[in-house]
Amino acid sequence: MTAMTHEPAVLADDPFDTANILDPYPFLARLRDAGPVSYLESTGSYAVAGYQEVYEVLTDFETYISSGGLGPRDIRKDSGWRPPSILESDPPIHTVMRRALTGVINPGTVRALRGPFTPPAVELTEELARRDRFDAVTDLAEKYPLRVFPDAVGIPDEGREHLLPYGNMVFNAFGPENYIFQQAFAHGDEHAAAVMRNCERENLSDTGFGARIWDRVQEGLITGQQATLLVRALLSAGVDTTVFGIGNTLSVLARYPEAWARLRANPKMARFAVDEALRVESPFQKFHRTVAVDTELGGVKIPAGAKVLVFIGAANRDPRRWGDSADEFDLDRSASGHVAFGMGLHQCVGQPIARLEMEIVLQQLLERVATIEPDGEPVPILHNVLRGFESLPVRITAA
Amino acid sequence: MTETATETVATAAATIDVVIDRVETAADQVVSLVLRRLDGEPFQPWQPGAHIDVHLGEGLVRQYSLCSPLEELDHLRIGVLRVPDSRGGSRAVHELEAGSPLTISEPRNNFPMLDSRRYLFVAGGIGITPLIPMIEAAEKAGKDWQLVYGGRSRGTMAFADRLLERYGPDRIQIIAEDEAGRMDLDAILGLPRAHMLVYACGPSGLLGAIEERCMGWPPGALHTERFVASALGAGAASEPFEVELARTGTTVTVPTDKSILDAVEEVGVRVLSSCRGGLCGTCETQIISGEPEHRDAVLSEEDREAGEVMLVCVSRAAAGCPRLVLDL
Repeated sequence: MTAMTHEPAVLADDPFDTANILDPYPFLARLRDAGPVSYLESTGSYAVAGYQEVYEVLTDFETYISSGGLGPRDIRKDSGWRPPSILESDPPIHTVMRRALTGVINPGTVRALRGPFTPPAVELTEELARRDRFDAVTDLAEKYPLRVFPDAVGIPDEGREHLLPYGNMVFNAFGPENYIFQQAFAHGDEHAAAVMRNCERENLSDTGFGARIWDRVQEGLITGQQATLLVRALLSAGVDTTVFGIGNTLSVLARYPEAWARLRANPKMARFAVDEALRVESPFQKFHRTVAVDTELGGVKIPAGAKVLVFIGAANRDPRRWGDSADEFDLDRSASGHVAFGMGLHQCVGQPIARLEMEIVLQQLLERVATIEPDGEPVPILHNVLRGFESLPVRITAA
Repeated sequence: MTETATETVATAAATIDVVIDRVETAADQVVSLVLRRLDGEPFQPWQPGAHIDVHLGEGLVRQYSLCSPLEELDHLRIGVLRVPDSRGGSRAVHELEAGSPLTISEPRNNFPMLDSRRYLFVAGGIGITPLIPMIEAAEKAGKDWQLVYGGRSRGTMAFADRLLERYGPDRIQIIAEDEAGRMDLDAILGLPRAHMLVYACGPSGLLGAIEERCMGWPPGALHTERFVASALGAGAASEPFEVELARTGTTVTVPTDKSILDAVEEVGVRVLSSCRGGLCGTCETQIISGEPEHRDAVLSEEDREAGEVMLVCVSRAAAGCPRLVLDL
């Protein structure tokens, strides 16, 4: 602990109000200007906006715990709306679940998906390349992950329509119980029940990730209940985030025609473009951690029991980490170290799958589309913690 | 390390003539050799995790980790377990006598110790050797650290008494299988700690079990060194090798003290990477030809045998394979 601490700047801004959600970056810049750690009156939580401080919160999982939930309420005191997920657990409960999941989803198992993941991307982009204009979100970003990911997990066709609404519930619950939350939960019971059914072993195909997770029950590593929760975690975290990842990447590239041309000349750079796009337009913008013991961060004392609100979107554009051009997309920048997938213990397990989906869909589009540009204003989605678009009209020329 | 890279390439085969100052029995079947330079000069400073090549005659070269104090550069110490079925390296070492000359390489490091707030060291048998200088460094820097050291019996566990005496039972846990059974890895690794790195060295069965359990730890927490026994001969780290970048059309020489990833990035070729420690799999690269020596903790046995991909942040060319052609 350093000797010098100061009172945090107190901000009246509400990160969850409509204006700050629809255009988060001016607010995030104000937040960073107020200091790496400040206090938000509206939510009663500490805002962490500096890259270094966000990194510290993510990697010090003993001080900044997850079992209090990722939302504003401490679910240890006040149980949440569903049994806690792997994301809402700490070691040692977290440890076996993470082991089980990492054993199933890793570069080796994901590599095999390139084959089955490619034809749907070819089919979708071939069809879109025949048009002059399309909506990059509703015609592509929302379609592609649903074509490939549920098969990779091995869930039945029946009930897949509940995946996006369920993901919407899960992530919106990381914010306050506001109007957006209420909307997301309007048919909540129905979506949750349908998704939970698909997590049971008897409803999963023998070849998907779901069945491999249930194998770990046979091996005695995890319980059947934990297997259910892990399949649920895949289904709730694996769709929306990738939809937004694809949409956000295209929203950026539509504004950078030179980058598109360079990518067409060298499609192997697609993965760098995706990585840099995830940095500037991070799908998962913010979530909470709970402080386990009195601590100090960025010169601010934070008491045990407090909630910290971690601003991934601010860290990924922090000029102290990324330089003065932090707000700009730069194909030549090494985005390595961005925290769009989190960092450390709870770092996204599905990362290789998400990266594969984003790379494939972008490469297939690059092959068939010579130019892409915005065709009117994109419509940002009203979501408590995810950043993305409900509509992204683009105008293209075919290759 | 980086600034001397070019020089290292040119002098990679450079050797040092030493004399065996002492041969000590460190444990049952383990000898410890103390080496001094023939010219009486001190050795170059080296870092925890470093090893030397020992030239044993008739082309036989073996790598052994250094376990002497980091600041005592007037000598180097290695510990060598006699392996009954080995191809002769350890037997040859066990036949060496004090006063004999020997040829070694400069110390090199494939198992560097990264800075962290806490360390957990796990040794299996003779795997203790590279961890001894790490422990010394961690203690000196005032880090929070623990060692769990397992072996078949106390008599076979080199340096165990010395470590226990120096650092005490709060830091050092000695687990002899004939007294207490095998190390309980679930207990040792069942509770990940924040900002703690795990450094493990030992037989590959043990390391596999540790890797499995560390899947529940933050990515990048575990660092291992395997006892390498490539089909082609001695471990590959002793020689620089060439990497042909098929797509870029250039060829890069990878010196012994650098990863393929570093060498490739230095000529301006970009490779997506994340942990740079063989743990996350981000830098996985297709092999077009050549035989790799896998040093990562990601690829399965089948992947390793197939030899189609490698993690360029840690893996290298196998000994006897002077050139890898990669899809970069």
